[in-house]
Amino acid sequence: MTLIAFGLTVVAVGAVLGALAITLVPQRLRPLTSGVVTAGVGVGGVLAGIGGLMGAGSSGAAWTRVAPGLLPLGEARLSVDALSGVFLLLVGAVAIAAGVYGIGYTGDGPHHANPAGSRTSQATVPLFVASMIFVPASASVTTFLVVWELMALTSLVLVLTEHRLRPSVRDAGLWYAGMTHAGLVAIMTGFVVFAAGAGGESFDALRAGATHLSPAARSTVFILVFVGFGAKAGLVPLHVWLPRAHPEAPSHVSALMSAAMVSLGIYGLIRVDFDLLGGGPRWWGLLVLAIGAISALFGVLQASVSTDLKRLLAYSTTENVGLMAMGIGAAGVFAADGNRALAGVLIAAALLHALNHAAFKTVLFLGAGSVLRATGLRDLDSLGGLVRRMPLTAALFGVGALGAAALPPGNGFVSEWVLLQGLIHSISHGISAAPVVAVSIPIAVGVVALTAGLGVATFVKAFGVGFLAQPRSTAAATAVESPVSMRVGMGLAGATCVVLGIAPAVAGGALDRVLNVLAPVRDTAPLANSAVTLRLASIQGSMSPLLIAVGLALAALVVVGAVRRVGGIAPRRVVGVWANGNAERNARQELTATSFAEPLTRVFDDVLRPEHDINITPYAESSYLIESVTFRQRVPDRLEAAIYPPLLAAAETWGRWSRRMANGRVHRYLAYGFIGLLAALVVVAVTT
Amino acid sequence: MTALETVGAVLAAGVQVALVVVGAPYLTGLMRQVRARLEGRAGAGVGQPVRDLRKLFRKEATRPEGTSVVFVAAPLILLASSVFLAAVVPFVSTVASVGGVSDLFAVVAILMLGTVALALAAIDTGTAFGGMGASREITIVALVEPTILLAIFALSVRVGSSDLTDIVAGTLAFPAQVLSPASLLAAVAFAVVIIAETGRLPVDNPSTHLELTMIHEAMVLEYSGRDLAMIELAASMRLALLLGLGVNLFAPWGVATSVAPLALLLGIVMLIVKVALVGVALAVFEVFMAKLRLFRVPELLAGSLLFALLAVAASYFLA
Repeated sequence: MTLIAFGLTVVAVGAVLGALAITLVPQRLRPLTSGVVTAGVGVGGVLAGIGGLMGAGSSGAAWTRVAPGLLPLGEARLSVDALSGVFLLLVGAVAIAAGVYGIGYTGDGPHHANPAGSRTSQATVPLFVASMIFVPASASVTTFLVVWELMALTSLVLVLTEHRLRPSVRDAGLWYAGMTHAGLVAIMTGFVVFAAGAGGESFDALRAGATHLSPAARSTVFILVFVGFGAKAGLVPLHVWLPRAHPEAPSHVSALMSAAMVSLGIYGLIRVDFDLLGGGPRWWGLLVLAIGAISALFGVLQASVSTDLKRLLAYSTTENVGLMAMGIGAAGVFAADGNRALAGVLIAAALLHALNHAAFKTVLFLGAGSVLRATGLRDLDSLGGLVRRMPLTAALFGVGALGAAALPPGNGFVSEWVLLQGLIHSISHGISAAPVVAVSIPIAVGVVALTAGLGVATFVKAFGVGFLAQPRSTAAATAVESPVSMRVGMGLAGATCVVLGIAPAVAGGALDRVLNVLAPVRDTAPLANSAVTLRLASIQGSMSPLLIAVGLALAALVVVGAVRRVGGIAPRRVVGVWANGNAERNARQELTATSFAEPLTRVFDDVLRPEHDINITPYAESSYLIESVTFRQRVPDRLEAAIYPPLLAAAETWGRWSRRMANGRVHRYLAYGFIGLLAALVVVAVTT
Repeated sequence: MTALETVGAVLAAGVQVALVVVGAPYLTGLMRQVRARLEGRAGAGVGQPVRDLRKLFRKEATRPEGTSVVFVAAPLILLASSVFLAAVVPFVSTVASVGGVSDLFAVVAILMLGTVALALAAIDTGTAFGGMGASREITIVALVEPTILLAIFALSVRVGSSDLTDIVAGTLAFPAQVLSPASLLAAVAFAVVIIAETGRLPVDNPSTHLELTMIHEAMVLEYSGRDLAMIELAASMRLALLLGLGVNLFAPWGVATSVAPLALLLGIVMLIVKVALVGVALAVFEVFMAKLRLFRVPELLAGSLLFALLAVAASYFLA
């Protein structure tokens, strides 16, 4: 039995039997059982992923299984190659961290029962993980769609976990269900067109038949599939479910959705665009690049002004997925222009960023969950001072934030560096000097740069305002550190961040193998020469995260030594702070998340258009004496406000109109049936 | 690379660190003295920052109550990042002791790391001014980022690499490139970046005593003793580093391409002369400048972004 078969068996059997066990064990043991089963399913995914990455030859699948007749419309076909492998690994690793974390997180709180500990919710988590793992392993349209839908449904159940506590959960569930099914329709239609043209529904048949499709049909397939996977990945303007569903789901589920599930949208895009369709014309790439750029910028801008910690992280997901899409899009542009080496670098950048994003977003969402569990708060304005109450959570959140802010020695920096290298070498590689490319690439670099800058602002705010300074509420002042299992879960993800941050070359060989699956960038091996130093093949670019980290540490040692000699080692005297003339410091004078982001809000006023609400209440005796002032600021999602209300209104009008057609009289329905049949016959008669 | 060259390169890196650590306070002193004279004051002398640092290092360090390890670690990170950059940026010689650390993107990111550490420490004090300074500093840094990266892009085009060593060596080999439109436009953009990153007029006033207009000074209000000395030293070093980076990117003459002692000596002398000249020019420029309102700064930065974008476009279409 190969490693892949073994891993996937563990996943399938473990998830089904585990879910059964979770429903049967007494409530006391449920969190432990669910956590162990989820982590075990994750281990299965990691094993299968490693098998996929190691076992694959120069190209093609390492492992294939076909079960004819298992699904109603066709066979169930599973196949794992290196591209599947890297995403199996990603999903599995996130699941291990989230599973271990869930043991502590889903236990009942001190005062109330935890809805995340309910039988349904606990049993659904491993099923959700298993369905995610089978997405990259499925190799026919039917299998893929069934698993994809299973993933959507199980995650929907999990999003709705806390629906009794907050009405906003139901709203989030509705949005998520709507968006994910709109996406499913797009993907299904795209695959149907594809399969009809290619004459087969297995991925092998699609790959072989892709050349028979007319350019128009290929483009139709691409657009439909891009819309569908874009909705799952959270690309603008289909991102609207992310800032709703991620905050409302239990935090270990948020981590699974934001770090793992969203990446599968990227998987789907790469699989169809570069593997099954085998690349396309330049405008496909430009479209993906443009949508990615808008997503990155819009996501980070919204994140930089968010005050809800989990909402901030959700928008940051849109940002990072946007960066991945930029890599994929630019790769498409260069591949279409025949510059395969550069395309290889950019795809590698996108994949590396997917791994890095999964690592740091897991830490961040789990950290946010610990804060939520300890304080009941997601609002950064009311947090603060947690670094003393929850030191380990704060440190790990800091590691994740460093990665997300793309600063060395964090892991996000590495993949953004590769992405930038791929973009800036577009001129010196000189093959594609088409004006449209010459204009779009500098803008893309500017977008990546502004995204990086605003990303720093976002995570300085999230970490600084959330964890440092003085607590701004009693809940934050009395927070207690999380149980061991939660700390272990976060620690696993944090350690992965550190490894990917200083030794990204561990992923290098695997990524090179992934590229061999994709026809347009086969054998480019952009990271083949990397060891301590990340050296890009065929373009002049090298950077060593390890040496930078070591160098910084050395410099710090030298500085400490020198300062001790010059300045002595007397301990610092603890003194009061300058409290603006008051005798004591007042936590209300601290900057909150809202005020921290105020300059940015003002600079980007035209895009964000925040809504202010100021209420001044004077004393009854005199209008000059102010009793209280309340200030409220809301930054609504302007893209959503511009697009969705008209769309929903149109859908409602359409619904009303069709209701008039259906008035309940049977002979009218018979007439409709008759007309429909007639129309079908006319179409058949005309077209044959 | 021969063993001799490696030793020479390590030596050159050591020389650079010593030069920047010792020279940076004098550069700050020189700029203050030039300003003082132009404003009709006698000035405290070029050595005053050094005397200040010596005094501060001997004074007792304090720590506001309720601050965390971040407050203590920030000066260290800030100074360590500056020392690291002083070692790896090719100021004196283009022969690098280790490859893979002088990429310009990494250099910029490490500069930012120091800024972020200080901003977090400012938030950690929990005072209104600390938070305000951090918020303003981070806003400016975020908006400067596109200009820097696009300027790097424009500079990297002519040598096909974003590694500083390659860029400097490339310019030394083909000096005429300095006068290309792309290079000149990038130079203008980079000048604005230096002013914004080091907190000079018109973006921030380094000698302000009015809390409401402070950016950098507001962040360090709670520091004292050796911690403040570290921050002051690091601030001077960052100014010297960025000026040195600027002159070597656009006028690298004198930078040694070997590790021969004479070439290194010439490199050191040329670096001191060039940085001093640019520093004086910056000081003179500042005398005639008023501080911009904070919310006019983005307009300045947008202007510099335009220059950087034009630089890249020029390198595409005029190359």
